[in-house]
Amino acid sequence: MGRQRDGEDASVATFPASPGRHALLHRFAKFVAACTVLLILAGSLVTSNDAGLSVPDWPTSYGWSMFTFPPSMWVANILYEHGHRLIASSVGFLTIILAVWLWMVEPRRWMRLLGVAALGAVVAQGVLGGLTVLFFLPPAISTAHAGLAEIFFCITIAIALFTSPDWIRGYDSDTGAVDDRTLRAVATTTTILIYAQLLIGATMRHTGAGLAIPDFPLMFGHLVPDHWDPKIAVHFAHRVGAAIVTIGIVATAAHVWYHHPGRRELTRPAALLVALVATQITLGALTVLSRRAVWINSLHVVCGALVLTTSLVLTLRTWRIRFGALVNVRPTPGGVRLQPELRPNAHTPRAHA
Amino acid sequence: MRLRNVWISTLGLALAATIVACGGNKEASSTSTPEAGTTPAGQKVDPATAGDVKGTVTVDGAVPKNEPIKMNADPVCAKANSTPQFQETYMVGSDGKSLANVFVYVKDGLGNYVFDTPTTPATIDQKSCRYHPHVFGIRVGQPLEIINSDGTLHNIHAMPKINAEFNTGQPIQGMKTMHTFDKKEVMVPFKCDVHGWMNAYAGVMDNPYYAVTGDDGSFELKDLPPGTYTIEAWQEKLGPMTQTVTLGAKDTKEVNFTFKAGASTTN
Repeated sequence: MGRQRDGEDASVATFPASPGRHALLHRFAKFVAACTVLLILAGSLVTSNDAGLSVPDWPTSYGWSMFTFPPSMWVANILYEHGHRLIASSVGFLTIILAVWLWMVEPRRWMRLLGVAALGAVVAQGVLGGLTVLFFLPPAISTAHAGLAEIFFCITIAIALFTSPDWIRGYDSDTGAVDDRTLRAVATTTTILIYAQLLIGATMRHTGAGLAIPDFPLMFGHLVPDHWDPKIAVHFAHRVGAAIVTIGIVATAAHVWYHHPGRRELTRPAALLVALVATQITLGALTVLSRRAVWINSLHVVCGALVLTTSLVLTLRTWRIRFGALVNVRPTPGGVRLQPELRPNAHTPRAHA
Repeated sequence: MRLRNVWISTLGLALAATIVACGGNKEASSTSTPEAGTTPAGQKVDPATAGDVKGTVTVDGAVPKNEPIKMNADPVCAKANSTPQFQETYMVGSDGKSLANVFVYVKDGLGNYVFDTPTTPATIDQKSCRYHPHVFGIRVGQPLEIINSDGTLHNIHAMPKINAEFNTGQPIQGMKTMHTFDKKEVMVPFKCDVHGWMNAYAGVMDNPYYAVTGDDGSFELKDLPPGTYTIEAWQEKLGPMTQTVTLGAKDTKEVNFTFKAGASTTN
């Protein structure tokens, strides 16, 4: 086990102690994140099909236990709602395994806590999902359910990133991780803006404002709506938010390509981010023009989550240098070596500095 | 010792108060719903002087075609409906004018009259993946019997704004559920969240003067006491339309409604 107790006076420990096992943990974390994408798709299909109340009880399904509800009864909209519940339960189970695994093998205390946070988030998410059914989909709870889904997805992606060999190694053994304060500020701001934009989108979705402005790219034939009500305002805010987020993403990507063209850990997510936001804007436009066609609408939700997490990955990589204070890495034949966490946020010199 | 006795007495009183309070709540909730068959004090209608209001509801112009329904998401529904299926938004008669499924009722003018609450349940049946009837009236406090005659699951989800919302699952064929509404509300929408095309509307009334137009668009409000009344006709897409009528003793008056085809609302 590579785990070091906090405050233990260890000198240099091999991390991971068992590279093969840690690589397996990383793969498992990626698997959980991938399953979460599927879960978000299932959730968006529930909303797009207006199937949220097709199973009126919770945690049971028409009086059956969720796991014994006969497949012959998974008809019409029940398929979406019950399928969402089953996938959510599976992701919850996988998250338990992930949290326990992290707790057992991770030497980094904050990583163990991140596993606990993932578990807490998925439990809270399940409770919010149940409450929104029992209270007939109140917009506040449904929006919170959507917002927490994005946070949980971010946590699973972050765990997958933090357990990756590249992250542990610091991306470049010769020059170290990028240390660019401007990039950190721009990328972090962009990620926060994307999350805010997703919350506005969720509010729009759960208040039935998706077609409050029925045309695109104009709004009631004008650049700005010529009349207003709360739904139009939310819809308008989402469109304005899309423009702001796009500017943030373009600024981040441009900064990466101009200042760090040789850093693949930054250029790759930057390129992906630009491609995803272009796809997302297209899907958003098509959602309006197709009058909320189910699959277009649902893929818009999924793509939004991917935009957020891609931006998160890029952002976290810009912050990697700061994590170097906690894990002092040196390449070794058996993996990488690091100093254990002696003091949270302690600034120790980088091995390659 | 005396202090101990005071504590014990206080605890005992608190326990007794809690038990009484819990029991009291139960009693209060059971009496909050008007009991079927009871007659509150007040003026009753004299049948010797009562009259009728009759009429028809028509639509002026061509209404949009009803949306087609695809039922293939549920094999039971698809099997029960082998012919093309459409929504019941506009039910226009063969003459192209008469409008069925319009709820017509006395909206105002009854003053202090009181009426017995029916004990016979109103019924809504989920049959062939449709609600039968699509539009109906029910009285405050009258039992509503909800039946699932289909060999598939339905949930009946009422979405009132004044009464309490409910969503009840009926997974087994032949299941019956009873429900009552506590307050007057026109109209209460119903939907099945499993089968998105299934919807219905109930007018919850505090008087017996309501009707749903038939295939020929006709309606009849019987045994109205003399007076001046506001009569409203409500159509699920075209919205409400009102008229005033004055009825003398043993009078029969005709009130006709004509909706404009393009005047749809989001009711």
